[in-house]
Amino acid sequence: MYELEYSMPSSVNDAVAEIKKSSEAKYLAGGMTLIPTLKARLSSADMLVDLKGANLSNVSVSSSEIVIGSMTRHCDVASSSEVLSSLPALAKLAGGIGDHMVRNCGTIGGSLANNDPAACYPSAVLALDATIITNERAITAEDFFVGMFETALNENEIITEVKFPIPEKASYIKFPNPASRYAMVGVFIAKKANGVAVAVTGAGENGVFRCSEIENALNSSFNVGSIDNVEISPDGLNNAIHASGSYRANLIKEMAKRALNEMI
Amino acid sequence: MEISITINGKEVKANIKANTLLSTFIRENLNLTGTHVGCDTSQCGACAIHLNGDAVKSCAILAAQADGAEITTIEGIANGDELHPMQQAFHENHGLQCGYCTPGMVMSSIKLVENNPNISEEEIRKGLEGNICRCTGYHNIVKSIKQAATEMGG
Ligand SMILES: Cc1cc2nc3c(=O)[nH]c(=O)nc-3n(C[C@H](O)[C@H](O)[C@H](O)COP(=O)(O)OP(=O)(O)OC[C@H]3O[C@@H](n4cnc5c(N)ncnc54)[C@H](O)[C@@H]3O)c2cc1C
Ligand code: FES
Ligand code: FES
Repeated sequence: MYELEYSMPSSVNDAVAEIKKSSEAKYLAGGMTLIPTLKARLSSADMLVDLKGANLSNVSVSSSEIVIGSMTRHCDVASSSEVLSSLPALAKLAGGIGDHMVRNCGTIGGSLANNDPAACYPSAVLALDATIITNERAITAEDFFVGMFETALNENEIITEVKFPIPEKASYIKFPNPASRYAMVGVFIAKKANGVAVAVTGAGENGVFRCSEIENALNSSFNVGSIDNVEISPDGLNNAIHASGSYRANLIKEMAKRALNEMI
Repeated sequence: MEISITINGKEVKANIKANTLLSTFIRENLNLTGTHVGCDTSQCGACAIHLNGDAVKSCAILAAQADGAEITTIEGIANGDELHPMQQAFHENHGLQCGYCTPGMVMSSIKLVENNPNISEEEIRKGLEGNICRCTGYHNIVKSIKQAATEMGG
């Protein structure tokens, strides 16, 4: 790792002031992506501004939405009684990220800011139409994910919380890569008042996407059989060493069926 | 920068470079070489320690992030000459071969059991997703953890 400085400001405003001191500074959340990439010199920073002190790890719930602070760790989302009772699929998703040691550090804000194409949270955010709240504005899920490792965040912008509308029902299933536990393909299905949303992570060349083929099938008939008749094209799917595009296309259907099975 | 950490019950103060990994600090500054480093990719779990009561991978954390924290390493779990039940169970069940993964296995599984005293075999196997062993085939590791869980009060 290159040499750098470290600071831990005690508010969001102080963190923004701190990061502006250098053009090469980066925010640090759980460090589960950032520290390994700095170690491998895949990225560099001359200063890390740790958000741990900025008071961003509250979870609150109302009848219509759950609000999760960006520094809430995966383990805390997985075990939150609020999340477990109003949106259990999200608790399950968080409890399946990496392993228990990764979950003890990694955060929802870090995961979303990173937008790894195989990360789990983006599928929930997109399927549930969650809103990303930052120190500057509110960003819709649709606008937030721009491409592989790319988001709508401006330089120095901090995710402060994520607002999830509570659906009627939801479910997430992933086919984990056996070594990393990231999703080879992960499917999040949400049944909402205005219809069914299906978001797929791990498969797309540009990261998470909505799968309109399965959405249409489920909106006309909400059962596992209707997924069988869907054709998923391998075009635009990740063709990489761990799995081909057509294998992933098949996994999308299979994971969608398993997710649906948990809902009905 | 100056940091102060309580490690295995003892407070240490040190002046470190901010890019020092916690695993490096533990091994090289404190000479506590029981914490191993087995990979570059944060996947093997050989470096597992307890940080403020949670099992974490010390190779993916900066020592600076642990300023003010309480840390336990594999050196800190025995009670004098009496091994921790998890260490004793690994010993009795041949839960190790080369021993490289073992400190991480022990530190990780202590927390798996503490957080779930009646842990099942399936939960143990799933819980060890972040700890890789290239020798044992895991069978005796799982057996060790099962025995320790009984002794730890499950
Ligand atoms: C072994 C292993 C297995 C994993 N498996 C999975 C998995 O199965 N599924 C999965 O989804 N993920 C997985 N991950 C990734 C894990 O979830 C990370 O925790 C996550 O991607 C990054 O979150 P973090 O809090 O650690 O962020 P960091 O690594 O600290 O930061 C990541 C990036 O986000 C920026 N950032 C962080 N917080 C904010 C914020 N609030 N506002 C703006 N920018 C911010 C940082 O500057 C940095 O660029 C795994 C990681 C490891 C090491
Ligand atoms: S050395 Fe830390 S996970 Fe491998
Ligand atoms: S005993 Fe050799 S790596 Fe596990």
